[in-house]
Amino acid sequence: MNKPGLRESHLYDRNVIHEIQRAAEEGISDIRGWGAKRWMPHFDDLVFLGASMSRYPLEGYREKCATGVTLGTRFAKTPIEIKIPITIAGMSFGALSANAKEALGRGATAMGTSTTTGDGGMTPEERGHSEKLVYQYLPSRYGMNPDDLRKADAIEIVLGQGAKPGGGGMLLGQKISDRVAEMRTLPKGIDQRSACRHPDWTGPDDLAIKIEELREITDWEKPIYIKIGAARTYYDVKLAVKAGADVIVVDGMQGGTGATQDVFIEHVGIPTLAALRQAVEALQEMDMHRKVQLIVSGGIRSGADVAKALAMGADAVSIGTAALIALGCNSPKYQADYEKLGSSAGFFDDYQAGTDPAGISTQDPELAARLDPVAGGRKLANYLRVLTLETQTLARACGKSHVHNLEPEDLAALTIEAAAMAKIPLAGTNWIPGSASF
Amino acid sequence: MKIVDLAVSSVRELNAALHEARGDPSRWRVLTPGGAHAVAVGLNAPVTVEIEGHVGYYCAGMNQLATVVVEGNCGTGVAENMMSGLVHVKGNASQSAGATAHGGLLIIDGDASARCGISMKGVDIVVKGSVGHMSAFMGQAGNLVVCGNAGDALGDSIYEARLFVRGEVASLGADCVKKEMLPKHLEWLAAVLEKSGANAKPEEFTRYGSARNLYNFKVDHASSY
Ligand SMILES: Cc1cc2nc3c(=O)[nH]c(=O)nc-3n(C[C@H](O)[C@H](O)[C@H](O)COP(=O)(O)O)c2cc1C
Repeated sequence: MNKPGLRESHLYDRNVIHEIQRAAEEGISDIRGWGAKRWMPHFDDLVFLGASMSRYPLEGYREKCATGVTLGTRFAKTPIEIKIPITIAGMSFGALSANAKEALGRGATAMGTSTTTGDGGMTPEERGHSEKLVYQYLPSRYGMNPDDLRKADAIEIVLGQGAKPGGGGMLLGQKISDRVAEMRTLPKGIDQRSACRHPDWTGPDDLAIKIEELREITDWEKPIYIKIGAARTYYDVKLAVKAGADVIVVDGMQGGTGATQDVFIEHVGIPTLAALRQAVEALQEMDMHRKVQLIVSGGIRSGADVAKALAMGADAVSIGTAALIALGCNSPKYQADYEKLGSSAGFFDDYQAGTDPAGISTQDPELAARLDPVAGGRKLANYLRVLTLETQTLARACGKSHVHNLEPEDLAALTIEAAAMAKIPLAGTNWIPGSASF
Repeated sequence: MKIVDLAVSSVRELNAALHEARGDPSRWRVLTPGGAHAVAVGLNAPVTVEIEGHVGYYCAGMNQLATVVVEGNCGTGVAENMMSGLVHVKGNASQSAGATAHGGLLIIDGDASARCGISMKGVDIVVKGSVGHMSAFMGQAGNLVVCGNAGDALGDSIYEARLFVRGEVASLGADCVKKEMLPKHLEWLAAVLEKSGANAKPEEFTRYGSARNLYNFKVDHASSY
């Protein structure tokens, strides 16, 4: 009897075959949520060198290890003080339900940190439940208005996202409800493409003037962030400093998205690890490290990720996907529903479809009602608490009384790739690929 | 009337004073603007601000309620994201005039450069001269009235904005088509032309708008995206 061969092709694995079949069937590129799923060097490839003979550790859980961060100290009259070095990234009302936005605000507020609007304007729910709210200023300018600008605690000018540097936003018709359509001044039910370029400025010199305008409108009170998708990060950060940013947000290619073509998510941008190092180098060369604060996002999942990002020089991190998971995204509770959609808990990434069984990435009132914003907020706060505790644990092990005292010198790399990208020596050596010593 | 001379005061001082003004005094005159950026931005009161000369980028940005008159030319983004009120440019305007504006009326006596009314969201714009390429790109709502000619790719990727052009259109952008002029359009045009002091007749204009063919990536597959 002939048995079929069981050797799977590396080149044409089952995902590749499935995608070719799907493309042939549907005639349109795959659009999905989540972030890059391919392997790439990341914080997992770094380890901490805990204190021993030459370093003095701090007592776990007891000795003080401060976590507060001040953002926007450069020009803004009213910088933002956050109690933990972790913020909630911008995710639009439209991509997410109003309940989800409220839950994010509640969780962040409980932990004394900030949350961020998104490509679709500010909702009263999220303003009301977010003690500190960053208002995004995006190319689409959906819902942008001076009243909300004045209500914001900071303004984030979005140039790009790690999931799609060079691409605009996307919200498919299924998710354009009456309310979303009205907030964006668009017809209901259309597949909506947000602009990928800002409509009234081009390049860093114009951006400097744009920032001046936003500061004038808001009487120089609010910190102005610039968010960039990781690509030419070294140069982008230098130009953002020159343009007058108070805070720079760098989003690596692992960063999540509400809806983007898979080809974009997987093939555009550079990993968070590489982008973070470039950003810090750029700031240091301009003598702006810690003066212009750096927030890093894209694949932050644990306190270890947070601590490593801070050790490499970030002032804070930002989370998107992990925050949604904390709220209940991909929960086994909804396994039967995921199966009906041809997915499974742990694999669901169809944020674009509006069918989210957990009621998070949807505008369907029945599904959205599944997420209790109070309970969701509590879960997010719990998760943020764990991230913070873990970050402190690692910082204390390295003898640091503030998480910002973590430094590259506390790290070693496990792989050559990570060593090269992060410019952290390969464990057990002094070797950084690309530099002279071994 | 209050007079602020930008040769003496800074733009910051001017804007701070205008943000304090809640309609009293109701008339301001700004002298020696010298091409300064962000003049009279973020206003939120029924005041009238007359600017004697040329301004740089983003004059009257995000305007609410106020009337801003520029007795000269404007740089990029005049009245960008305006919500309400009136902005009147007596000279020419550079790129992206009225970009993303949600409401109010923007009148440009001269020409406007590229991207006039880009991503407009409800504003009415009347240009007595001509507009450059890519005007009303991704225009979502509102009206753009051009008494002269329009450059290439007018209304590219347009949503529901209405465009009225009296002269020639170099080319139409993706999904932008000529549309029938209905009596309600003529009526609306007559009123806005009169309000703007434009010397043109509604019948001389052609209407353009969205063919709505790009509204869904591919209609027959909408459910499988
Ligand atoms: C559902 C969803 C919606 C998003 N919407 C926006 C948005 O409107 N604007 C934006 O700048 N980034 C948006 N992002 C990206 C996040 O702000 C952030 O950069 C990213 O999620 C960080 O990576 P992480 O998901 O790995 O934590 C979105 C991400 C997700 C998951």
